[in-house]
Amino acid sequence: MFILDHLWIILALPLLGAAINGLCGKKFSKTIVNSIGIGSVALAFVSVAEGVREFSQLSADQIPWMKSYFTWITAGQFKVDFALQVDQLTIVMLGVVTFVSLLVHIYSTGYMAHEEGYYRFFSYLNLFVFFMLTLVLAANVVLMFVGWEGVGLCSYLLIGFWFLKQSAISAGKKAFITTRIGDFGFTIGILLLFWTFRSVDFGTIFKQLVSAPPDAAVPTGVLTTICLLLFTGAIGKSAQLPLYVWLPDAMEGPTPVSALIHAATMVTAGVYMVARMNPLFSRAPVALFVVAVVGALTAFFAATIGLVQTDIKKVLAYSTVSQLGYMFLGLGVKAYASGVFHLMTHAFFKGLLFLAAGSVIHAMGGDQEMPHMGGLRSKIPITFWTMFIATFAIAGIPGFAGFFSKDEILDAARSVDIWLWLLGLIGAGLTSFYMFRLIFLTFFGKPRYDEHQVHVHESPRSMTVPLIILAILSTVGGWVAAPHLVGGTDYFEKFLHPVFAIYAPPIAEGPAEAFESPGMTLLHALAGWPVLIALAGLLVAWWFYIKSPQTPKKLADSLRAPYTLVLHKYYVDEIYNAAIVQPLLWISTNVLWHVVDESVIDGTVNGVARLARESGSELREIQSGNARSYATWVVIGAVGVTVLMIGLWGMVR
Amino acid sequence: MSTVPISYYLVLSAILFGLGIVAFVFKRNIITIFMAIELMLNAVNLAFVAFARAHNQLDGLVFVFFVIVVAAAEAAVGLAIVITVYQNRQTLNIERINLLKF
Repeated sequence: MFILDHLWIILALPLLGAAINGLCGKKFSKTIVNSIGIGSVALAFVSVAEGVREFSQLSADQIPWMKSYFTWITAGQFKVDFALQVDQLTIVMLGVVTFVSLLVHIYSTGYMAHEEGYYRFFSYLNLFVFFMLTLVLAANVVLMFVGWEGVGLCSYLLIGFWFLKQSAISAGKKAFITTRIGDFGFTIGILLLFWTFRSVDFGTIFKQLVSAPPDAAVPTGVLTTICLLLFTGAIGKSAQLPLYVWLPDAMEGPTPVSALIHAATMVTAGVYMVARMNPLFSRAPVALFVVAVVGALTAFFAATIGLVQTDIKKVLAYSTVSQLGYMFLGLGVKAYASGVFHLMTHAFFKGLLFLAAGSVIHAMGGDQEMPHMGGLRSKIPITFWTMFIATFAIAGIPGFAGFFSKDEILDAARSVDIWLWLLGLIGAGLTSFYMFRLIFLTFFGKPRYDEHQVHVHESPRSMTVPLIILAILSTVGGWVAAPHLVGGTDYFEKFLHPVFAIYAPPIAEGPAEAFESPGMTLLHALAGWPVLIALAGLLVAWWFYIKSPQTPKKLADSLRAPYTLVLHKYYVDEIYNAAIVQPLLWISTNVLWHVVDESVIDGTVNGVARLARESGSELREIQSGNARSYATWVVIGAVGVTVLMIGLWGMVR
Repeated sequence: MSTVPISYYLVLSAILFGLGIVAFVFKRNIITIFMAIELMLNAVNLAFVAFARAHNQLDGLVFVFFVIVVAAAEAAVGLAIVITVYQNRQTLNIERINLLKF
């Protein structure tokens, strides 16, 4: 029980790595920076693995495993401990975060090899891992919020890693400010949570919810409000409608960052938070429905934008937004385990997609535009095959990881609301289309780049090995749920069941599959709508970009108006600029600056100064240099004091 | 044996003090002003002694000694300043010693 007793070790390792590299990394050679950066995360991963082993030996009543180290804040009833907890959900997140981080760290040694500020990059990455693990391990909302904000900070630092580039700085600021809008709701949610339950501990809150009969403990209205506010934070952090705009811009950061933070881990923090808060959300059906609707709309909406992007990373960014939408759709229809399952498989295949895209960009010498690529298949075979596998996984082709998780989510959505299911289904088709479009444009056809200028080469082994490992996981990662297809157990769901079942009202056991033989169930799953529509997406992409490459252009010409609309991302950035940014700038300039600051604040400060100066210049005449006038003043003063004393004395008498 | 009433001493003290103030304010020569200050100090001394005698207490007498000591020290420093001022300005008219001002 070493690791479970000393959970802080898991946090301390990456923090130590970040501190050493950040403070003294400038003097270190690359080898030392590498070994500190990778070593700390590798050790964290090993500790997590040991923690999982120890966790498996715990009896059911010891879960969630709590460790409180010290009291952090006390103010009246408000008490926050530095407390960590481990349950099944935490185990899944810990594994995903440390493992993907480790691979991305290794990958970065190759990808960032020629960059300035190498040590800075690794320091930030380690810091990110620290905050992400804090977020995941936290046993109360406030500590979770610390991790939540910390990963936001690291995201900002890493998006603006090339801080001499104006666009990178702006993208960093955009990400930070946009997520802050969501966090505003999150903080109010935390306050309301404390106000309602007089506690910020997950355990205490959930116990209060479960011990009281439904609707008696807390009015549903209050719960709904809390959930919606918390979900606002998730909308910002996990890039859902309408706050998704920062994520595509975040691609200004180095590609390993996009893979780790803006695809695999940080953006899923919102999903984790909602899953963690599931007892609350389960009691607030309206909030849950909002989650589902926002998720489904985002899944569909972002997928349509992804259709026409030409920047390889932008396609993946919109794809991430869309996939996060699926996760929320899953949570929103109470299929919490499926949502978290998709989180895990998505971490594998989307991390892989970004890393492979980084490898492509590396091979192209920094060019990210797909129209400049083509025919890379034979030149960078490892990148091609791994990315191909990831594409199969995300498109939901049977057998690959994404198929199992997406299928579960859509299944659950269908039983709740047919329209949510339909949105998700169309989104899945679009996903399949734009992903195969990406593959065909990049790897197939004739080279469209100048072969004398660009020397395409396969990436070094430090980059390809993580790709291969992730490709394997993108394939087998979903198999834990595979028996479900033949009527068996979904081991992932079974593992997570305690987290989602303890406090929530029991889910009605559906007798649906009981009548079918395992073979029929399998056939149903394999020939279901999601698979058909994924294959359709594949075929259309093949038709458009391999069979007859003129078709997309003709189609775009015939549908000029919708095409332009989608190409400009529905003008959302422009609308936000006109509706929010410009008025804000106008108010800031004309009211806050010219009126409030210049007139009121400066006026007050300058007025006080002028009063002192002018009264001083009048009063200094008293100091005439004439000793006799001073003497007179002294006498007048003495007389004055005497009179005053006598008067006061008389009054006291 | 009849004694002089305390009010006599106090009236004398007040007269002396008043004279001191008048001289302090209206005289031009620094040495004269200095003497006016000494006059005021001694007027106060007289009042102290008178009260000490009337109340049969030593406190007032102790105070007087302090005042005398301070006055002596003040006279030493003050006269030194007066001499220096005279050496520099060749005058002791207070109206003309007015450089230290705004």
